[in-house]
Amino acid sequence: MITSVLGVLFDGFAYGMLLFLLSVGLSVTLGMMNFVNLAHCTFAMIGGYVSVTLMNGAGWPFLATLPIAFLAAAAISVAFERTMFHRLYRASDLDQCLLTIGVVFVSVAVTAYLYGTSQQPVSLPNYLRGSLHVAGLTLGVYRIFLIVFALAVTAALVWGLEFTRFGAQIRAAVDNQRMARGLGINVDAAFAIAFALGSGLAGLGGALAIDMVGLDPSFALAYLVYVLIVVAVGGLGSIGGSFAAAMLLGISDMAGKYYFPAIGSFLIYLVMISLLMWRPSGIFGRR
Amino acid sequence: MAVSSSALAGPHQYLQAQIRWRPIEIAFWLATLLPFVLTPNYLVLASQIAITALFALSLDLILGYAGIVSLGHAAFFGVGAYSAGLLSKWGWGEPLTGVIVAGLAAGLLGYLVSFIIARFRHLALIMITLGFGLLLVEAANSAGWLTGGADGLQGVHMWPLLGTFQFDLYGYTAYCYALIVLFLCFLLSRRLINSPFGLSLRGIRENIIRMRAIGAESRPHIRTIYTIAAVMAGIAGAILTQTTETVSLGSLDFQRSADILVMLILGGTGRLYGGLIGATIYLIARDQFSGINPQYWYFPIGILLILVVLFLPNGILGGLARLAETERGRRWLGPLTAPSWRGKFP
Amino acid sequence: MTAPALATRGLDKSFGSLIVASGIELVLPPGVRYALIGPNGAGKTTLINMVTGMLQPDAGRIVLGDDDITALPPEQRVRRGLVRTFQINSLFPHLTALESVTLAVCERRRAARIWWRQLTAYGHEVDEAYEILSSLMLAAVCHRLTRELAYGQQRLLEIALALATRPKVLLLDEPAAGVPRDESAELFAAIAGLPGDITVLFIEHDMELVFRFASRVIVMVGGRILLDGTPQEIAADERVRAVYLGQAHGKAFDRARQDSHRGSHHESRHG
Repeated sequence: MITSVLGVLFDGFAYGMLLFLLSVGLSVTLGMMNFVNLAHCTFAMIGGYVSVTLMNGAGWPFLATLPIAFLAAAAISVAFERTMFHRLYRASDLDQCLLTIGVVFVSVAVTAYLYGTSQQPVSLPNYLRGSLHVAGLTLGVYRIFLIVFALAVTAALVWGLEFTRFGAQIRAAVDNQRMARGLGINVDAAFAIAFALGSGLAGLGGALAIDMVGLDPSFALAYLVYVLIVVAVGGLGSIGGSFAAAMLLGISDMAGKYYFPAIGSFLIYLVMISLLMWRPSGIFGRR
Repeated sequence: MAVSSSALAGPHQYLQAQIRWRPIEIAFWLATLLPFVLTPNYLVLASQIAITALFALSLDLILGYAGIVSLGHAAFFGVGAYSAGLLSKWGWGEPLTGVIVAGLAAGLLGYLVSFIIARFRHLALIMITLGFGLLLVEAANSAGWLTGGADGLQGVHMWPLLGTFQFDLYGYTAYCYALIVLFLCFLLSRRLINSPFGLSLRGIRENIIRMRAIGAESRPHIRTIYTIAAVMAGIAGAILTQTTETVSLGSLDFQRSADILVMLILGGTGRLYGGLIGATIYLIARDQFSGINPQYWYFPIGILLILVVLFLPNGILGGLARLAETERGRRWLGPLTAPSWRGKFP
Repeated sequence: MTAPALATRGLDKSFGSLIVASGIELVLPPGVRYALIGPNGAGKTTLINMVTGMLQPDAGRIVLGDDDITALPPEQRVRRGLVRTFQINSLFPHLTALESVTLAVCERRRAARIWWRQLTAYGHEVDEAYEILSSLMLAAVCHRLTRELAYGQQRLLEIALALATRPKVLLLDEPAAGVPRDESAELFAAIAGLPGDITVLFIEHDMELVFRFASRVIVMVGGRILLDGTPQEIAADERVRAVYLGQAHGKAFDRARQDSHRGSHHESRHG
């Protein structure tokens, strides 16, 4: 019994880390600029497909594709931001939703055209396959890798925010944009960089997700819902909040699927609605 | 702007002129009769358009007039659809009472949910409506004993409308039925918009803080309009069930909520006719391009959304309104050019 | 002795270590025109926000007439007759002036819940709205969208919305702020023409307005009330001149006082 609980927790934790990587960028950009970017998971999907293309088309090893996935997603997101998104920073929530959803629709169709609609195969290196037997538990090696890797990225992220000047600028802009501008911080530049970083992280998450949850063109929409839940529940602009919410969602989802398979995602939605009703700005949100 | 005679008119005459039926509106409704004459082979499509238009109208009431962004409005459409289907399956196939029961069921749910809806704004509200819609889909999926699950509801059979008009494959009865119900609901909506309540809704949409400062309580208003919109969506769903004699999970899934939002945006929010026009264009286009692989359908929709947001922010009717920014334009197009709101959510 | 129209007892408010209000004791007798002046950051708007219920005080009570309203939400306070206008226009951009004021009247008369009858059936409400707009010289533009009105007209519409709620106590937050000189004459006339049974408190920096319209002046500095007296007493008080104006600006103060005395003789010229 305990082993199954621990097993579920472990899987949930891995899933949560993945969700965190996918969501943290959106939380920060929403908190900074209040820009509702529903195309965030499109960048994740792009990262995934870049990784797949390099692996299957050019024979790259899996780990080597990860930084490229990050960079590709970041670069493409910057292109979108400079051409379209920046025009809508002062537009209504609805307009931002609609434009970015339009981008999602286009990306899904283009991806389906280029790659077809079936799941993309991924060839993991041998040392990432299989499972380890630890204290009576069977832990997937890939999931261990995912957890360790994501924790490292998170640590780097937190270090960057707390201990670098740029990180301080971002924190200031999230806290009070007007004041930050008044202090001479170039909020627009800070935002563009934060946006690129966040999208890059999403791309990284997309590449890492292939083995865990699969990759097909519907990824951009299917995981958008989860990402939105994490962001809304965690609180805009709060990295700690995103982390907590991602964990909560990941573990609840795994637990739900394991113990109550008949209910499906019902539990998740119920938990989200209840949490939002209790704390509309998110658990760690401001205002 | 030059002062014309209408600006000097007494306030009562001005209000009268505002709510008067414009010739172009009459032309619109006469045009809805054309399918009977011009395209009798497409009456099934026409009835689908009428049903969807009604659904879009119900969304416009909460989105365009009260400013509530709902990503789960299909929940009420689906509840209406399933209610009408279940009623028929359990032996009572009379259409008109079925519609009323379905409307009441959807309205009851809407009323209960409205207490939650009225308390939140911004992202929390959007997420709650989304979550609620998704929740209902899961529930309907799981409760297969009631809803038929993924296979849909079986055994829906409708009695003839008013005892004589049987629903058939040609869609003649269906279109008449859907069109009449749409028109009646439209009349109701038009009346509502031009009532003091309608004015309050626009006040909530424009500046909810000021509403508090003039002593107005927004929550009861929001609850009322949300309930009315739920009833209307439920009626639309019921008519779909009755005219097609099927109900499936597609009647309440996210796809349906998203599609109706796109249609309304395309036509233009806050102008009553926006949803009707958006639904017409969207469904005709989809019918014309139905040969294309379905996953590619969303490519032009995506492009359209991007273009609409960047260049035609208030939809088609908004674009028309800007063309008609003259006094004469206002007289001709009247409620079609009534200013819509564009700006951050209050 | 009649109860004061509005009174606050010991209002405190701080944000962390920043004290924005400390022991505010305010007493407004009915029908009096009060001006609230003070340097920027003195806490004047914060006080208004607390009195109207938009901000919760840390301590203290607010009494309207005979009722303690400290626990009431803003809408309830408005219904009891405590109304404010905003320093930065808070209007309904896409409603016409007439629609905006009619909305306020309908809400007051609880007609706003009615969704099955047309506005044209509400002649009384529309008439009342039109009258209010006329009294503020806005009748000619009543069918214009709010966003198309001149700034001065929008400030007047702010007041019109407040009047539509039939206030007993009216709090005007810098009514003349941002109004260009050529439009301010109408604004001044409107404020002068406010019904005498309404108690008015207005925050202002414009000394001409203060001396022309206020029968009493309250000076707030650093979250505290420094002085409460007639305009002449305030103008003569050394502490006020030092704190608010600085000695060098004392002359400007005197000039404003003299101008307003001259101005009040010429009011008919601007009407």
